[in-house]
Amino acid sequence: MALLRITSPHTQRAGRRTSWVMLMVILATIPGIAVQSWLFGWGTLINIAIAAITALLSEAAVLSMRRRSVVFFLTDYSALLTAVLLGIALPPSVPWWVTVTAVAFAVIFAKQLYGGLGNNPFNPAMVGYAIVLVSFPVPMTQWVGASDMVSSGSMMSLSQSLQAIFHHLPSIDSYTMATPLDGFKHKDSLSSAAAFNSIVSLKGANLSSWLFINSAYLLGGLILLVLRIITWHTPVAVLSSLAVISGVFYLIDPNHAATPWFHLTTGAAMFGAFFIATDPVTSCTSNRGKLVYGTGIGILIYVIRTWGGYPDGVAFGVLLMNFAAPLIDYYTQPRTYGHKKAKKGLTIKEDN
Amino acid sequence: MQTTNIFSFHGGIHPPENKAQSLTLPLGHPSLPKELILPLSQHIGQSSRPLVSQGEQVLKGQAIAINNGFLSSFLHAPTSGSITAIEERVIAHPSGLSDLCIVIEPDGDDNWTERKPLNDWRRISKTDVLSYLAEMGIVGMGGAGFPTQVKLQGAHKHPLTHFIINAAECEPYITADDMLIREKTEQLVLGIEVLQHLVEADQVIIGIEDNKPQAIAALNNALAQHNSTIQVAVVPTKYPSGGEKQLIQLLTGKEVPSGQHPADIGILCQNVGTCVAVHDAIYLGQPLITRFTTLTGDALKAPQNVEVLLGTPVKHLLDYAQATHKKISRLVMGGPMMGFTLNSIDAPIVKTSNCILAASKKELPAPAPEQACIRCGMCEQVCPASLLPQQLLWFSKSQEFEKAEHYNLFDCIECGACSYVCPSSIPLVQYYRHTKSSIREAREAAVKSDLAKQRFEARKARQEAEAAEKEAKRLARQKASAQKTEGKSTATEAKKATPPAAETKTAILDESKKLKVDIALAKNKLKKLQKQLVEAQENEHVEEINHLQLQVTEQEKILTSLEQQLEKMATTPAEKSTKAAPAPVNEELKKAKIDVALIGAKLKKAQKQLAESPDDKELKANVSELEKGLVQAQSLLDRLTPSTAAQKADMLQKASSKPTVNDDLKKAKIDLAIAKAAVKKVEKALKKAEELKAPEADTLRQQLLEAQQRVDSLEKALSNPQTQSPMTEATESNASTDESAAKNEQIKKQKIASAMAKAAINKLKKRLAAEPDQAESIQQEIAAAEKRQQEADALLAQLTQSQDTM
Ligand code: SF4
Ligand code: SF4
Repeated sequence: MALLRITSPHTQRAGRRTSWVMLMVILATIPGIAVQSWLFGWGTLINIAIAAITALLSEAAVLSMRRRSVVFFLTDYSALLTAVLLGIALPPSVPWWVTVTAVAFAVIFAKQLYGGLGNNPFNPAMVGYAIVLVSFPVPMTQWVGASDMVSSGSMMSLSQSLQAIFHHLPSIDSYTMATPLDGFKHKDSLSSAAAFNSIVSLKGANLSSWLFINSAYLLGGLILLVLRIITWHTPVAVLSSLAVISGVFYLIDPNHAATPWFHLTTGAAMFGAFFIATDPVTSCTSNRGKLVYGTGIGILIYVIRTWGGYPDGVAFGVLLMNFAAPLIDYYTQPRTYGHKKAKKGLTIKEDN
Repeated sequence: MQTTNIFSFHGGIHPPENKAQSLTLPLGHPSLPKELILPLSQHIGQSSRPLVSQGEQVLKGQAIAINNGFLSSFLHAPTSGSITAIEERVIAHPSGLSDLCIVIEPDGDDNWTERKPLNDWRRISKTDVLSYLAEMGIVGMGGAGFPTQVKLQGAHKHPLTHFIINAAECEPYITADDMLIREKTEQLVLGIEVLQHLVEADQVIIGIEDNKPQAIAALNNALAQHNSTIQVAVVPTKYPSGGEKQLIQLLTGKEVPSGQHPADIGILCQNVGTCVAVHDAIYLGQPLITRFTTLTGDALKAPQNVEVLLGTPVKHLLDYAQATHKKISRLVMGGPMMGFTLNSIDAPIVKTSNCILAASKKELPAPAPEQACIRCGMCEQVCPASLLPQQLLWFSKSQEFEKAEHYNLFDCIECGACSYVCPSSIPLVQYYRHTKSSIREAREAAVKSDLAKQRFEARKARQEAEAAEKEAKRLARQKASAQKTEGKSTATEAKKATPPAAETKTAILDESKKLKVDIALAKNKLKKLQKQLVEAQENEHVEEINHLQLQVTEQEKILTSLEQQLEKMATTPAEKSTKAAPAPVNEELKKAKIDVALIGAKLKKAQKQLAESPDDKELKANVSELEKGLVQAQSLLDRLTPSTAAQKADMLQKASSKPTVNDDLKKAKIDLAIAKAAVKKVEKALKKAEELKAPEADTLRQQLLEAQQRVDSLEKALSNPQTQSPMTEATESNASTDESAAKNEQIKKQKIASAMAKAAINKLKKRLAAEPDQAESIQQEIAAAEKRQQEADALLAQLTQSQDTM
């Protein structure tokens, strides 16, 4: 009888391993993916499939180059999660090489080159997204429109989606239209009311399809909250700061600014708040830190959407706050039991 | 009965309780094992000293080992029998090592020694009750086994607001306290009353988790019957509510300040087992020889609680609980969260063993492979100390010890909650333990090198002083020998005899002085060590305590040996120098001076402490006492100084029949020597010139003549006073050697003082560079040290001057 000799604790919470965490996040995106597919066709699913294959292959390649156990690390599902998030974020009709570029860059450069899971300072999915957004702006801003509003009057079929992604679909323009955010951005000098009346992409049907998508991701996020995979701090901070700042500007200038409701229900607001900003590796550690971090993201989203060069600001907002996360961490340490004050700042001082 | 407020603490986890298994069977009483193994160190602190020897017969309850120092306790024979060995055996310790154990072979009769209950505990002094408890071997039976009387004494520092009885028992699997409360409710209440009598807290609260309804009911019942003011606070089940700090927070809402003790905020915690043991000792006269232990785990067919004799081998208990030995994959002493694994089933039960968990592979599987930290923050959500475990992990891995400390690593109570929830299966606690011990090692090394540096500096100062003194002596000897050769013709026997005597005396003085410096150093070190030890004991830093204790004993040994040497030394010169009366006075003077310095130093330290914590009454009293002592020592010193001065003056007068002559004499001698040398030189030059037939020969010859004339005249002048007073000169030189020896001594002392001051300045300057935010206070210290040095230098200069003129 050989007795095992290890130090305490001797038990572990059953079942909740890192792979489980990743898997749950992936599963929580299903409602959103379903709604997206229902509204925009097969594109998202095909994107996710391409992304997943690319992610797994890139991860395996780098792992074997780094002489790490491929199977062990692949089964933590972190690469798969990155792929799924990117597949969701990219437009459903984007050519395959855009997806491959984004995912490969995300996995190889943004994650593995920093030392793999847990060591990357920037959200890999958003790095990949930003790279292709900057490099290939045209396909990246073509979104499939709601079927009864686009000129073809129907949704892309599976074969059309495949054609659009892998080859070239000449009639692609008849299926796409600007997203509401895009439309609102390019209303130019029109007043808000006039814009919502005249611009196609700001018409009710398009708006409600984005409302559905955002609700679906909200649902997924709530599941994660219930499972205690994420805490409420980051998403609440992102959404409330976005609501507050858009509310303030709406009150100041209701003629040209959009309502908080518009901001919360279009674009990647919910997806970003619950699935992107909560990426544990690249966000802040303490609860207070997460509040600051989330608030920063919410404000940046509004700033980029309103005054920036891109219609949505989640990716850049998150990346910018990734930069700030370590600093925020230094200033938001929790107060330890038995200490009068929380420690702050970078300097290592005497105990208090 | 009032109800108490229940607060909450951050974090916590809800692991599967697994408590039902061991509660299905009633309390068991295993049979006597073939042998009982009693480790001499049952808990933290020093191990006890055996009182028995091999082959001796002992009775049940007879003391077989006695406490050995402050943090140590008595040990008693759990049954009657004979001592078969006192040898190394495997003990129940995280290290898995062996240690010295007393092995008893029971004779089966279970004969008690005479029991003397302490029935009048209410009337006799509390100190007596405490020492009685110590003699009964009572230690804390929940955690580290801190001797109870030490903890109770510590509780007297501040008036107690809360006396908390820890019955939370938050660890999964363990039910020993639960069973104890149910079985011995009455005894528990009586024991608590005894302890409350000793500590007089405002409130007595029993903290118990809500998963023990039977125990709670039993307690409420007993308390109602007793009309007791003891309160029962039922806390929600959450690990680690039984942690001392967490229970305090739950019941009082207060936090124990980091690095301090519950006693510092007026709270005392005791385990229920301890209270029952106190009852047994006071009312029945039974020392601590049994305890309740939970036997549980899937590998046991009959998991249950047992009342077991200390020293019973685990194997005996496993057999009693019908263990399937093949099924045991992990044998844990304590609970699954904080217990440690045993690697031998021969290890015995000790005073702190509350559970034996014989787990099958399925029950406690081997830990999953460690994955990367994904910074998910789950660990942080459960940490009862509100730490950032993921950051601590990061710093531990990268060995950034300073940052780890900055993130309050030392506030981690090693509860294991973070490891429990970590999805990446990272053994966080293991990392923290390793980092903590690395930091402690580094600190110890720093202290050691610091001490070595101090020693080195002191030695260097001493050597420098000695070298300077030697040089001075050499010069003096040169002069003296010049004198001697000159005065040979007229010198008397007495003159020859005195210098060697004086020399030996000074040599002895030298030796003893060196010894004294050594002793002062050793004493200093000892005091420092003792302070560290007390601190460590207060903070319950187990490893440090052992280590420091060793150092202290060693230092004490060194000190005594040095003192002995000094004594020997002191007696020898005393015999010789009976005629030289000033010696003892000098001695006393020196002692007084040292006293003044010591008290001054102490005073300064106390004042500093006082500045830090201005409302510490104890310190204040201390300071005023020290101040008084200083005044006394100073006055003694003052009294001594004039008397020696008077003596010196006396001596001088006696010898001063011809002080000026003496002076002239010396000068003349020196002049003579110079003149002679000049003659020689000129002679040589002349010879050379003659050889070369140089024209300078004439002038040289002239010079030689002149020089010789000078020598002649000088010699005449010299012989004049010499012939006049050979006797006075003899006595005089004697006196002057005495005098100069005393002066020499002072000079040496001043030199040492100056060197030490210099060293202190250097050190302070270094510290100044390292800790710029304390610049002001350090700056002040530097100024003070510099002043000291200047004073010493000035005195030194004065002394050397006066010596020169002599
Ligand atoms: S629980 Fe484990 S993986 Fe999560 S942050 Fe803490 S250490 Fe990292
Ligand atoms: S082991 Fe230390 S860091 Fe981990 S939860 Fe407990 S107190 Fe916090």
